[in-house]
Amino acid sequence: MSAPQLVFTWTDWVSLFTHFLGLSLMSLGGAISTTSEMQRYLVERQGWLTPAQFGDSVALAQSSPGPNVLFVALLGWNVGLNNGSTMAALCGVVIAMIGIMLPSTVFTYQVAQWAHRNRGRRAVRAFKQGMAPLVIAMLLSTAWLLASGGASGPDHWPLWLLSAASCIIIWRTRLHLLWMLAAGAALGALGLL
Amino acid sequence: MANLYQFANTMSCRARARRNSDNDGMSPSPLPSPSAPPSAAHPVPASCTDLFISFTLIALQGFGGVLAVIQREMVERKRWLSNEEFIEEWSVAQILPGPNVCNLALMIGQRHFGLAGAMSALAGLLAAPLVVVLALALVYARFADVPQVQGALRGMAAVAAGLVAATGLKMSAALGKNVLPLVVCVLIAAVAFVLLAWVRVPLAAVVLGLGGLGCVLAWRRLTP
Repeated sequence: MSAPQLVFTWTDWVSLFTHFLGLSLMSLGGAISTTSEMQRYLVERQGWLTPAQFGDSVALAQSSPGPNVLFVALLGWNVGLNNGSTMAALCGVVIAMIGIMLPSTVFTYQVAQWAHRNRGRRAVRAFKQGMAPLVIAMLLSTAWLLASGGASGPDHWPLWLLSAASCIIIWRTRLHLLWMLAAGAALGALGLL
Repeated sequence: MANLYQFANTMSCRARARRNSDNDGMSPSPLPSPSAPPSAAHPVPASCTDLFISFTLIALQGFGGVLAVIQREMVERKRWLSNEEFIEEWSVAQILPGPNVCNLALMIGQRHFGLAGAMSALAGLLAAPLVVVLALALVYARFADVPQVQGALRGMAAVAAGLVAATGLKMSAALGKNVLPLVVCVLIAAVAFVLLAWVRVPLAAVVLGLGGLGCVLAWRRLTP
């Protein structure tokens, strides 16, 4: 599927910004946990990105150094590029990153000290403990969507196998993730996936 | 880059000035002389510039996730935090919304140099990797049609999915110590997974519904 040709109006840029602003405070367990929501909005609802562009952005950010939240910068970059210029792409980066970082940063800054001083309080402990199962489910469902984004249908069993194998290896061993990514890249480049 | 570096520098000077004046206000004793050795038990970041550079180096080492690198640098090499302190900070960083490692950097910076420290640490974590990832995207765009490149990306995406799942599974070990019974935790997690991954219910509804349910149940089981 080729990339959509977009012509963004001010309203569209504002929608993009407010989408990330809204997700910022929802991103318990990391920005990666809101990936499914971003895909639902950017790909399925608005059609601003193709599924391939979305998956590539996440994969590139994962395989590059730095916090995983930088995949959001790449999403903004690609939405901008679909508008046809590098300026728009940079604009997308700035809008996406400020949107995803600003609310959570302000919130964290305000709450961190308070939570640290009151970590014995019942409400603080109830929040920490009660949210734990959900945070884990969010990570697992994100993994599911990432895996099924590249591999829909039983024809893609090697990709599923690779995802499952790398999950188990990373879970149970201390092997550096870089080796796993390199192995995945090599298998893919050789046409085995 | 250069601008950010200058920014961090300026901020660090301001923070130092403020800290010194705090010190003056609190005690009449003179500031420690420059020759006094830093506390061997607990070294601290020297300045906001130190924070910025430290977190830049940490971020550039962290392929596919920075948590492991931050833990090694903060606890074992720089020893700005003890292991116990690190675990405590991390649990807060993880619970608060936003990227976990960014929250952690923010909290460490804040602890030492206030707002300027928080911004320096965060800028260090994000600035250089942002340039790298955009450069990678440009390179990728040029070679996107090469089948080998497409294959390699497909392979890395599959591994990346495995990493996210592995992170979730590692964290699930903590459920054994949760105040909620394990069967309740697994039930909430399983229902949330089905709703999010298969039914595609919007995240907000699931957080408010199942997250709220978890918090209420935990509240009732905790002694006041």
